This record gives sequence, structure tokens and C-alpha cells, in this order.
Amino acid sequence: MAKRERSRRHFLMAAGAAGVATFAMPYIKTARSAGKLLLGTWDHWVPGANEVLRKVCEDWGSANGVEVTVDFITSVGNKLLLTAQAESRAKTGHDIYVQPLWFPSMFRHRLEPVDDVVGDIIAEYGALHPSAKFLAYLDDVWRAAPAPAGSLNYASVSRLDLYEAHAGVDLKTIFPASEARDPALVDSWTYDAFLAAAEKLHAAGKSFGAPIAPTPDGNQWLAALFAAFGAEVVSESVEITVDSDETRTVLEYLSRLTQYMPNSVYAWDDASNNRWLISGEGSTIFNPPSAWAVANRDNPDVAKHVWHHDTPRGSKGRFRADSPFFWGIWDFSENISAAKDLLRYVARRDVVDTLVSASKGFDIPLIISHYQSNDLWAKSEPPHGVLYNYPIRGDEQPVAAGYPAPPEYAAQIMAQGIIPNLVARVTQGGDSFDDAISWAENELEGIMRG
Amino acid sequence: MTVGVAVRGLPERPPSVRRGRFYLWLRRRSTIAVMMCFPLLAIITCLVAYPFAYSIYLSMLNKAETAFVGFGNFLFLFKRETFWLVVQQSILFALVAVIFKALIGLIAAHAVNTIPSKGQRKWRGMMMVPWVIPPALSTLGWWWLFEPTYSAFNWLLAEFAVPAVPWLSDVFWARFSVILVNVWVGAPFFLIMYLASLKSIPEDLYEAASIDGASAWQKLFHVTLPMMRNIIAITVLFSIIVTFANFDIVRVLTQGGPRNSTHLFATYAFRVGIESGDIPLGAAVSLFMFPALAILSFVILRNVRQRTVNI
Repeated sequence: MAKRERSRRHFLMAAGAAGVATFAMPYIKTARSAGKLLLGTWDHWVPGANEVLRKVCEDWGSANGVEVTVDFITSVGNKLLLTAQAESRAKTGHDIYVQPLWFPSMFRHRLEPVDDVVGDIIAEYGALHPSAKFLAYLDDVWRAAPAPAGSLNYASVSRLDLYEAHAGVDLKTIFPASEARDPALVDSWTYDAFLAAAEKLHAAGKSFGAPIAPTPDGNQWLAALFAAFGAEVVSESVEITVDSDETRTVLEYLSRLTQYMPNSVYAWDDASNNRWLISGEGSTIFNPPSAWAVANRDNPDVAKHVWHHDTPRGSKGRFRADSPFFWGIWDFSENISAAKDLLRYVARRDVVDTLVSASKGFDIPLIISHYQSNDLWAKSEPPHGVLYNYPIRGDEQPVAAGYPAPPEYAAQIMAQGIIPNLVARVTQGGDSFDDAISWAENELEGIMRG
Repeated sequence: MTVGVAVRGLPERPPSVRRGRFYLWLRRRSTIAVMMCFPLLAIITCLVAYPFAYSIYLSMLNKAETAFVGFGNFLFLFKRETFWLVVQQSILFALVAVIFKALIGLIAAHAVNTIPSKGQRKWRGMMMVPWVIPPALSTLGWWWLFEPTYSAFNWLLAEFAVPAVPWLSDVFWARFSVILVNVWVGAPFFLIMYLASLKSIPEDLYEAASIDGASAWQKLFHVTLPMMRNIIAITVLFSIIVTFANFDIVRVLTQGGPRNSTHLFATYAFRVGIESGDIPLGAAVSLFMFPALAILSFVILRNVRQRTVNI
């Protein structure tokens, strides 16, 4: 009898252990435990870049027994955001999803913390770009890790020949394709100097052009300009601070600058400024190298005179708008462990170098050592070194529309185009500074509501 | 229907295969009617009723969707300057567009109706093209014509030394452009409805009017339009609802700009709800016109019903 009881107990214990193990096993996953991983990322502008990224991910999957599927989702029509909204609400979809700019803040409650991944990346390769922490380190947790592709910034993209011929400015000497910069010359490149050049170029029929509309490009170049004059719409401490002398100064400046810009900028989209430069009519735009890359293909006579360089300096410093891309893991993913391993893998220097090369220098790695060690931008041509200054080399500080407001508010400031609409009210609509600022305050109250 | 009576078109079953009451209930016309309606009811419940109820629920939550705020979001909208601009633009857009669509549809329907029936079909087909093409696609074509810097229209105007028109960058012209495209897309719907209505008017009425010496205008105002009243009312009602809810034309052409001057409820709700992440406020924007449109629908449909009863 006693023997039978022991047997039964043993049997129950063994069965219980087996049951626990059976239930627990699917949750003790590593990349080597196989499974599937679905990645949703940005459909790159640069032809051929997608295929290289797909191969990188699939090769990693093959080596680790993970079936990786990569979906490339266009940002045209805001499909990237729509898909993210749909997946985060339905709690189903991809495991890893691209998180550009303000996305980590917008979807912070649906993103799996990746402190361990980012910690490993920083320990291995050093510090991240300063914007990365502001955008993805939220509530003391890293919500997303650096994406291997997509991060960009809005450098000044100018025509060397037009500046020399009509404005008497040698941009290549001020911002050479090497470390040999003359600080005095760099310091002389201010918004006042830019305004004087814009006036001369406009008189020559080669105006500066940038959207004054609630598009990403429209928000971003104006954000850098506002920051350079110390104007902010909402402070870091979440107070509406748009009613300030700095805002009036920047609006005054823009009232003069817009006289030398095409009237159509109020309806421009993010491709209009590219076309403006590529057509040969424009002298300067603020953009990543896509305009130059397309000009290289469609209008080489323009491309060979293009130069990427630093933005002008304002009274509060020199700022360049940037748009970092991250990859985040949805908290409903069923293969979080494998997803984290993939995030670690795509941060490797050789992987990032491969992808930067595939993007022809469009992508700026968020890991500082990765772009400092890469000479692709220095070797770019024509003209030789055209992209050298596309990664920030000097005293510029990165900024994004809405900064320094906390990301959850800054995201809305950008989405609703508060800054471009404020500027357009003054420069196109003829509103007084006070009326336009009052309108902005009213809109910002809406954004700040609980 | 009772046991043993042949169902229409079917031979009477022999007693050995007669079924029970359930079988008979299933074969009743009313039962079959309800069952045949069921797929439609299911679709309406899933795709219309549930999303509608859910959007009402969403519109009564706070921004973080964690607390019930009742009509707080709607009251909040009353204090927003841009929202009132959206209301103003939506009303202007819907009224102007519907008036022009109805007028153009009426004129075109009369014109097509005068074409001999042999060649009428191809004209009808051609005039329906704007309505058949997906609006997002055709609007993209219009965008190229209006392109802010390299507009094809402006290129043509330049050939005649006419200054360029800021189609999309000036508030007046941007509003004009979105209304123009909406009229272009929507007028064929009025055309086809009015044409069907015109064809249903008995010729006797016109002959009688001619005998009485009525002019063409008198025939139009005393025969044609009164006979078309119900169709006109229903078409206008349908078009007002659809035009108020328009999204794609504004989204593709102007994205609500310049200076938010062309936003409609749908595009503004998209901006606030999806792009800015404030789903409850976006839901409130999208539901704002529902009471007004519901009352309008009730009044128009009641008048239509009364006229139908009188006829």
C-alpha cells in the first residue's frame, strides 16, 4: 500500500514537473530557440537599401534559427504612423517596429523596455547621439534601441557656384571636407549672413526655398531656426512660453527672409524643396542627401555644384534639426528574446557600415563611434567630399520640432504644425505678432490638456 | 401556408416526407426574409453600428483614455479657434460643392437626355468617369495640375501671359481648388440620378403642357422639377452627408493647409486623433456634425415620405 502511495506521489510530481516545463518552455526563449520574428521598418528612399537590410536580417535569422520576415512600410501618407497606431491598439502585428523621432514617446506604453540591449550597445560601442536619450529614454527606461537605418538630419544643402557668383560666399572654404576648419570663418556664417546671401541670390533668380507648412521638413528647419534665436513654444518644464521677445525676434527675421523665398512655400510638401534644388532654380534647401542623390541621377550639372554644410548660427548658437530612427519591440511580441538579440546584432559596426553604404550616406548612425570611423561621407562625390559635413562635425546642436518640451507634447506640436502655422500667419496671413502668438497659445493649450 | 399546400414552384410533398413545425417556420416568407437580411445586418452591426458606438465611447474619454469625461471633449472644442475655422470651412465646402454638383448634374442630365438613345450610352459612360475613378487617385492627378511651383495650369496660363495662380498656397485659391475637385468627382452622381428621374417623367405631362402653351422654362419649373423633387431631395441629402465626411481630396491636395484653412472634420480629426495621438478629441471632432446631419436627414426623409404618400 505504502509502495503504491509513493509511486502515485512520484507520478504526480513527475507529471506536474512535466506540465510546468511544458507551459514554461515557450517563455524561456533565446534567439537560438528558433521561432518567428516579424519586422516592420521604413521603406527607404534610396534604391537598393531595403534589399541589403532584408539580407542582413535574414542572414542573422538563418544563423540563429529564427524565421525573420521584413516588411518595408512607406512613410508616404503617414502609413508608418497609421500602421503603428493600428498595431498598438489591436495588440497584434510585427514584433519589432521602426520608431522614428517621436514614436517612442507616442507608443511608450506599448513598447517593451530595452535597457539591457541599449546598455550592451553603449558598453560595446560607446555613447549614442545626444538626441537618442531625449527621444527614447522615457520614464527612466529605454523604450527603443538605435535603428541601423533611417536616421537623418537637415543639413544646409547649397549650390557652391551660385553662392560664389551671386553672393560672394565660398561655402567650401568655410566648411571644407576635412577637419581643417577656420573657426573665424565658421563663426561668420550667421543667420544675418545667410539673409544677406538670400537677398542677393533671390535678386539673381536663385532663391532659397523651404516649406512653411506642417510637414516634417517644414517643422524641422523652422525648429532649428527658432532654437538658434532661443525661441521655444513650450518649455522643458511644460509651460507655454511662445509669448516671448525671442519669438518676436525670430518672426521679425522670418518676415524679412520670406521676402526672398518663393510664394509657393506655404503649400510645399517634403519633396517640393528637393525639386526646387534639382531643377536648378534653388540655391539652398535644408535636407538630407536625397536631393543631391536624385540630382546626381537626373541633373548631374546641378549635383556637381551641391555642397552639404552646417546651418547658420543664431544669437543662441547653431542648431541642426535631426530625425533619429529607433527600433522598438511591441510588448505583445511573442518572441521578445529573439527580437532583443536582433537589435543587438544590427548595432554592430560591420552591419551599420554595410547599411550606411547601401543608403549611399543618407543614414547617420546613432552610435557616435560608428559614424566617426566611417569615411564614406568624406569620399562621396561629385563634388569630392560633398557629404563630409552631413554628419555633424562642428558646433551644431541637434534639435527637433517641439524641443525642449517633453516628447509627449513635442510630438503634438510637430504633428499639428504649430511653428509653421505661426510663421505663416505672420508672413503670409499678415497677422500681427501678438495675434499670431495668441493663436499659438490657444492651440498649445489644446495640446497640453490632460 | 399550411402542411400539404404546395410551396410556390415546388411540387407538393407526399405525407411521408412532411416535416415538423420548425421546418414550416423555416419556410415561411417572413422567416426567409429575416434570414436573407441577416448577412447585411451582421455587416452593418460590425462595420457601422459597433464603430459608431465605439467612437462615441472614445469621444467621452480623457486624452490618456483612462477616465470618463462625458461631453468634456466637445466642450473643449468650443474653445479652440482652429476648430471653429474647421466648422466654417466644412460648411462652406459642403454647401458650395453640393450646390454646384446639383446644378451641373441637372444641366448635364438634361443635355444627355436630349441625345438620341442610340448614342446616349457612350456619353453617359464618359461623363461617369470622374465618379468611377478612386478619388485619391484622380486627386493626385489634380495635384500635379495645381502643383505649388510647377503647376501645369500655370504653365498654360503663362503661354497666354496670364500671371501664375497660387492654387494651393493661397487661402482663397486652395479652398477653390478643393471645392472644384469635389464638384468634378461628385457631379456625375447627380447626373445619373437626375437622368434616371428625367426618364421616369411621363411624356404625357410635357405634351399636355405644350398644348397649354407652356414655354421650355415653364415646363422645367412646373413639370420637370416638381416631378424630380424626391430624387433631388434624397440626392442632395446623400451628397451633403458624403461631402461633409470628405477626406481624400483635402488630404491629397492641401493636407488642410495653408494655415489650416482647408481642413474638414475628417482631415482635422485625423490630424488631432491619429497624427497627434489624441484619439478621444479626434473622435469628438468626427462626431461633431452627427446631430445636425441626423436632424437634416430626418426632416428631408420625412418630407419625401409625406410627398410619396400624397402622390
